[in-house]
Amino acid sequence: MNHLFGSLQRGLIDCVIAGILALIILLLARRRAPGLLPELPFAELRGIVQIVAVGMILAFLLHGPRWVAVPVLAGMILAAADIVRRRAQRIRQAMPLALLSILCGAGLVLTLMAVTGVIPMTIAILVPVGSMVIANTMNTLSLFLDRLRGEVIAHTGEIESALALGAAPESALAPGLQAAFRACLIPSIDNIRSLGIVWIPGIMAGMVLSGTSPVFAALYQFVVLTTIFSAAALTCLIASRLVTRRVFSEHEQLLLRA
Amino acid sequence: MPPNSSLLQCENLSREAPARPGLFLLQDVSFSLARGEVLAVVGPSGAGKSTLLRMLNRLDEPTSGVVRLDGQDTQSLAPRTLRRRIGMVMQRAYLFPGTVSSNLVFGPSQRGETLAPEQIASMLASVGLESYEGRDALTLSGGEAQRVAILRALTNNPEVLLLDEPTSALDAAARDSVEHALEFLITTRHLTCVWVTHSEEQARKVAHHVLALEAGRVRSWGAPEQVLVNRGDSA
Repeated sequence: MNHLFGSLQRGLIDCVIAGILALIILLLARRRAPGLLPELPFAELRGIVQIVAVGMILAFLLHGPRWVAVPVLAGMILAAADIVRRRAQRIRQAMPLALLSILCGAGLVLTLMAVTGVIPMTIAILVPVGSMVIANTMNTLSLFLDRLRGEVIAHTGEIESALALGAAPESALAPGLQAAFRACLIPSIDNIRSLGIVWIPGIMAGMVLSGTSPVFAALYQFVVLTTIFSAAALTCLIASRLVTRRVFSEHEQLLLRA
Repeated sequence: MPPNSSLLQCENLSREAPARPGLFLLQDVSFSLARGEVLAVVGPSGAGKSTLLRMLNRLDEPTSGVVRLDGQDTQSLAPRTLRRRIGMVMQRAYLFPGTVSSNLVFGPSQRGETLAPEQIASMLASVGLESYEGRDALTLSGGEAQRVAILRALTNNPEVLLLDEPTSALDAAARDSVEHALEFLITTRHLTCVWVTHSEEQARKVAHHVLALEAGRVRSWGAPEQVLVNRGDSA
């Protein structure tokens, strides 16, 4: 009991140090992104409460039936869509867009990997691996929509010139979609490229620590990262299909303007 | 070219500011233009000149009023069809990345067509841009880019061409080159144009009619010598 209390105390101190460090760094960079500074303390507080709650739920669920993973992952998808919605300012009906994209993109890839046995269908693996996939998909989709909004606002003249020449909204938006799609997937590709050289991700470290062969752990880490990439790319592909009708009116007029 | 039946007709066209209902950007604007005629739209900044053009090819939606093209209510046309029939040149050229040729074939390619290299060469030569086909469109000067933008709008063979101050962002030499190109194209192709301009001299030179707007309303409408003489302010 004393050991548990000691490790909990140590963990909390570590969290406070890490949280303060992030705040100091953002404070130094406040002129570059003034809007982010007030967001970070709340994001940190929210993050730590959520992750501790999930840790407690996981400890409880580890002994539960496999089907429990489905509502848990569905809840994560819902929460991820809500976070994306908040980032996707000025894009109409962003919640259904984000929800449908993540559900179809991340959901399909996770289901495929689970059905083929690549991700073992045990709750202890499905939930943490699923959460990694959903969280990365959420980040990628937020980046995609944010970049797309920036591209549209920066290139309003080109988009409206294309419309004025009789182009379909999809065609007028294509350069912006390409730029956003490329930019949002760069971090995922760089993660795969730098695997083992720049970073040894947590899941691999955990597997090695729990006694799994380091080579198998390494291969599995590759599987997880490429799954993350596939889910993120498919999600953004679906979003790129859905977003056009939210950026243009039914009369093919650009709605998102500076 | 003598005026005949009305090609472009605008009846009580109005648009409210989307974020501020009750505030009109344009109110009860009416005019009619026969095939081959040029209408100059003049007025101070914020008078609603660009708003009028944007509603004519439906980049913006009118709150009320009717636009007829050759007798047909443009609301009954698909936006893409309308925009191919009513072309538009904006204040800045907004050329797409790629070559001058790729910019010129953009419009036709949207309806599954293309332009023959000879057609492109001939179009470019007509505005003094011989051998510009392979040039990077984003490296052109302002005047060159605007001339390419005008040709790009004409590749759809529009019945009406809307010109939104096409020379206002250019220096004097470039303005002259674009004006000459436009005057040549309007004369040789018998273009029907709605030309928004800040220059009275330009309006006198090219227009059959002048529409003077002020604070979103029609201040006067008629022949250039009537409207421009009666105007107290600078257009």
